[in-house]
Amino acid sequence: MTAAAMHGAALSVLDGGLAAVRRRGEAVIIPVGALVAGLLAFAIFLAFIGRSPVEFYGLVYKAAFGSAFSWENTLARTAPLLLAALCTALPARLGMIMIGGEGAIVLGGVAAGVFAMSWPALPGALGIAGMAAAAALAGGIWIGAIGLVRHVRGVNETIASLLMAYVAVALMNHLVEGPFRDAGSLNKPSTAPLADGFRTGTIPGFDVHWGLAIGIAACVLCWILLERTSWGFAARIVGGNVRAAHVQGLPVGRLVVGFSVLAGSLAGIAGMVEVAAVHGAANASLAAGYGYTGILIAFLARHHMLAIIPVATLLAGFDAASGLVQRRMDLPDATVLVLQGMVFVSILAGEALHGRLTWLRGPARS
Amino acid sequence: MASMPDVDLWGVPLAMLGGAIRVSTPFLFVSLGECLTERAGRVNLGLEGTLVLGAMTGYGAAYETGSAWLGVGAAALAGTLFGAVHGVVCRLPRVNDIATGIALMLLGIGLAFFFGKPYIQPVAPDLPAIPFGWWSESPQVRTALNVNVLFLAGCALAVALAWMFRATRIGLTIRVVGDSSDAARAMGVRTHTVRLLATAAGGALAGVGGAYLSLYYPGSWNEGISSGQGLMAVALVIFARWNPVRCLGAALLFGGAGALGPALQSVGITQGYHLFYAAPYVLTLGLLVATSSPTRALAGAPGELSISR
Repeated sequence: MTAAAMHGAALSVLDGGLAAVRRRGEAVIIPVGALVAGLLAFAIFLAFIGRSPVEFYGLVYKAAFGSAFSWENTLARTAPLLLAALCTALPARLGMIMIGGEGAIVLGGVAAGVFAMSWPALPGALGIAGMAAAAALAGGIWIGAIGLVRHVRGVNETIASLLMAYVAVALMNHLVEGPFRDAGSLNKPSTAPLADGFRTGTIPGFDVHWGLAIGIAACVLCWILLERTSWGFAARIVGGNVRAAHVQGLPVGRLVVGFSVLAGSLAGIAGMVEVAAVHGAANASLAAGYGYTGILIAFLARHHMLAIIPVATLLAGFDAASGLVQRRMDLPDATVLVLQGMVFVSILAGEALHGRLTWLRGPARS
Repeated sequence: MASMPDVDLWGVPLAMLGGAIRVSTPFLFVSLGECLTERAGRVNLGLEGTLVLGAMTGYGAAYETGSAWLGVGAAALAGTLFGAVHGVVCRLPRVNDIATGIALMLLGIGLAFFFGKPYIQPVAPDLPAIPFGWWSESPQVRTALNVNVLFLAGCALAVALAWMFRATRIGLTIRVVGDSSDAARAMGVRTHTVRLLATAAGGALAGVGGAYLSLYYPGSWNEGISSGQGLMAVALVIFARWNPVRCLGAALLFGGAGALGPALQSVGITQGYHLFYAAPYVLTLGLLVATSSPTRALAGAPGELSISR
């Protein structure tokens, strides 16, 4: 091989590498750019109503990421968001827009609370495992049923899942105010307080509850499932082209229902974590909107299982800072909702830029 | 006194009839708005957010100006704006209209809660109602037949929209755009503009539905004013097969289901009332399952619609 040919070969390898970097670059730059655009839009909104955006973002930084204490607060809120985001992101990889994670979270929490009430004498580890299993079962059935009617009857899963979330909240209210109400819970109807052994403590050396570890592990395992197993490969084919998946003889129905069940189980476990680590009993506090923030996180992460981790942390930070911002700047608690909405619209509008950033694509080949 | 049980027995269907008329109005307006939007080939799931935003804007404007009708106008304006944002964002290539609807639903609710805080306490003027029950002695009949003007306007609008789709040039243009972008372009119709206008007009109707919630029934602004009525209205359009007159019937059916909980409560049945409040959601889900089909597009569905393909 002549020196010139070697040089050429090396160049073309370099070129191919660059193209890959550019493709990946697009997948990072567009969402990050859209996120920044959304935050800027919110800054303009704040300035428009006469509040200082600099003060706002400064306070958010301080309250969410400025100290060890604020990091702990943020990370404790990250835990349910990771699992809630998976409830949207996993079905999305099969081409479904599932937005009812809130329903699976509240029912998972109630199932965990009821399990703990029913078998209070179980040893701690077994009790926690049982609560997790009950929560996963409740959430899995709830979202799995939506996957099933979508596959069997062609029901629109987006509308159905949100309606199911409303039904779930009504069911939760009925259960904690009726059959499973603890007589001791006067102002706020709840299930019986968890025995100490059923409470999941904090991760050693780190003042954050175990939910964070569970959430991160779930994201990593889901990434392995999707990217490194044949089931995940099949699921991605279903998401890419259902007809091709049918032609290939893939079990489309089982994949759709299976991944829906998995997504719902994870959201159910988010509810169990909230009960076992935060509230200590199942009550209306479970419907805290984590399911809805999870939808935004999944879209921001472009349904990438690992990207969910940093995105969830960021949005948990805004959540964690909400109290301080309300007090210091006299803003209503819906401020975070407006911010989230603007970022969400910006992210979706950013989809239009894919394949259009010519400077990323490099010079045209002749 | 012996007739007391009779009154109680009649109380439920009577309260449900009155409730159906009262509760159905927001369903009616949102579903007509969605019907218009979907006939032009686009889905706007964000109408739930528009409904809440309309409720807040309507209430705020009515309180500030002292006129309920100016409130309705402000709500329609807010709805138009939100519909237009949906239309503009969805116009961009590769943007998913269902996801955009979810985003605007969250943004609309967020904005409504954000600006609505100061209006939770004050009392705004109500929309007028026509007492069709004047002939009766019974207060229950009178309450049931006290019909709001907006409900009647909604009925007229349903008929007018049906006529528009069937017999006018505008209606035909919207239908062509909704059924086939290619055919519309071949006819020289600017599909993007038609969709944008239809989405904005649909948003305006949803805004009016919201104003009804805060200005008539339940008649106050709070953060729990709508829980999914806007979304159920979207599902209702599928059930009504994209026909405005059938939207009216479906809205009354849903209104009846929504009135079940309060009606039972009014005669003293409180056991499990959370479950009765869930009746409309369950009904919607049941109808969705019963009327959908995995293999064929629904009869009457606009061809360009992303939820029926």
